[in-house]
Amino acid sequence: MNDSHYDSNTDMIAIIDYGMGNLRSIHNALDKVGGNPVIVSDNNALLKADADAVVIPGVGSFGDAMRNLIPFSDRLFDLADSGTPLLGICIGMQVLFDRSEESDAAGFGILAGDVTRLPDGVKIPQMGWNELTIHRNNRDSDMLAGINDGDFFYFVHSYYCVPEDKRVIAATTDYGVDMAAVVEKDNIHAVQFHPEKSSKKGLLILKNFVEMIKC
Amino acid sequence: MLAKRIIPCLDCDLGVAHGRVVKGVRFKQIRYAGIPWELAEEYDRQGADELIFLDITASHERRETMAKVIEKTSENVFMPLTVGGGIRELADARTAFNSGADKVSVNTAALKNPDLINDIAKYFGNQACVLAIDAKRRYGREHGRGIVDTPDGECWFECSFYGGREFTGIDAVQWAIEAEERGAGDIMLTSMDRDGTKDGFDIELTKAISDSVNIPVIASGGCGNPEHILEVLRDTNASAALAASIFHFGEYTVGEVKECLRDGGVHVRM
Repeated sequence: MNDSHYDSNTDMIAIIDYGMGNLRSIHNALDKVGGNPVIVSDNNALLKADADAVVIPGVGSFGDAMRNLIPFSDRLFDLADSGTPLLGICIGMQVLFDRSEESDAAGFGILAGDVTRLPDGVKIPQMGWNELTIHRNNRDSDMLAGINDGDFFYFVHSYYCVPEDKRVIAATTDYGVDMAAVVEKDNIHAVQFHPEKSSKKGLLILKNFVEMIKC
Repeated sequence: MLAKRIIPCLDCDLGVAHGRVVKGVRFKQIRYAGIPWELAEEYDRQGADELIFLDITASHERRETMAKVIEKTSENVFMPLTVGGGIRELADARTAFNSGADKVSVNTAALKNPDLINDIAKYFGNQACVLAIDAKRRYGREHGRGIVDTPDGECWFECSFYGGREFTGIDAVQWAIEAEERGAGDIMLTSMDRDGTKDGFDIELTKAISDSVNIPVIASGGCGNPEHILEVLRDTNASAALAASIFHFGEYTVGEVKECLRDGGVHVRM
């Protein structure tokens, strides 16, 4: 867990540390699947890092997350525009959208759509293992290679993303509503669950992401 | 659909080098079951949904040893990890989270200072705060208590603390409701009457609490076989079941328990 050095010969994954939680799990998980994760704690570090991929991990609430992510925003937009693979996890997925009911703060708007509260009638937050239904309507997702309908992933969240363009939805999960669990658009990838807490299948998704960078 | 969770509990004796998982917290005789992170990896292979590490001595001094156990575990085990026993203040919780824990469970410290629940929830999120309740049946009708009808007569449930050595006079149902309002994310509910007996979970206790709160309840205490877990997850609103000794010595695997649950119509992650 050191942001000062990394092996420049392998593809480097910058994990954005926006000061709201522990990043040990996501770091360990990317390390475990053969990635080269480096935790970056400010925009300068992100500029210097010359990242081959970026992970926005999932901690905290939408408003707090956006407030702490703003200093990274110019570089994040550049990386997103330049085709660098980006993976948003949980709240790190939600901030990619335009806005959330949870906060007045605007999201990055890299993906078009809203973030809305889980419906009445289910326990909020959703906390636990739930199943994916994979949508293969457009193309096969490299990130979901080896993942099957009915595979379980670990969720902890009270809000969910509603993309404007339904074609970006790669997989859904049913929790009182059929909600987007995996969203992919070009180099932008996002998951509502925590792959770093989803045992073997979660590691497989991270491994697929790491392999994707090498291509 | 959300799966019901199966949670092996690793009772850790941190007085020995690296810590050991032990069997029989409330038995006199302690048997060593293995190195904590090795057992954790085994439970991951078997399909456990979550793990709880309890410091059975609840020793403040040994929180660094527990931190090492969690650090070591989180290198290879990728599922939610809870640390309990000896969490007395926010700083203890922070030590646990920095080592790789996702949740901490509090019992005695929360009964003495309920604001600890609010503080953990505020700084680390509701999902990070597990309230542990050790409850004992008190037979007879008492004014102001949540009275429950059981085959053995009417009773209410009293919270204990200090590892079951002292009683509080606090009604477990009322405490659970208060803990939810204060921001607890899970309730880990142990029946003191059943703990260590292998006679099955206290169904009436689990019903009384899980029908009174909207947060998930983890049933604990008394598990002797997979059918006991089936019974408590089928007949109550518990979201998860915890067991220790049936897993530690290979009596049953987590997979065998889940097959029993699936065949009994309970939705589990296979």
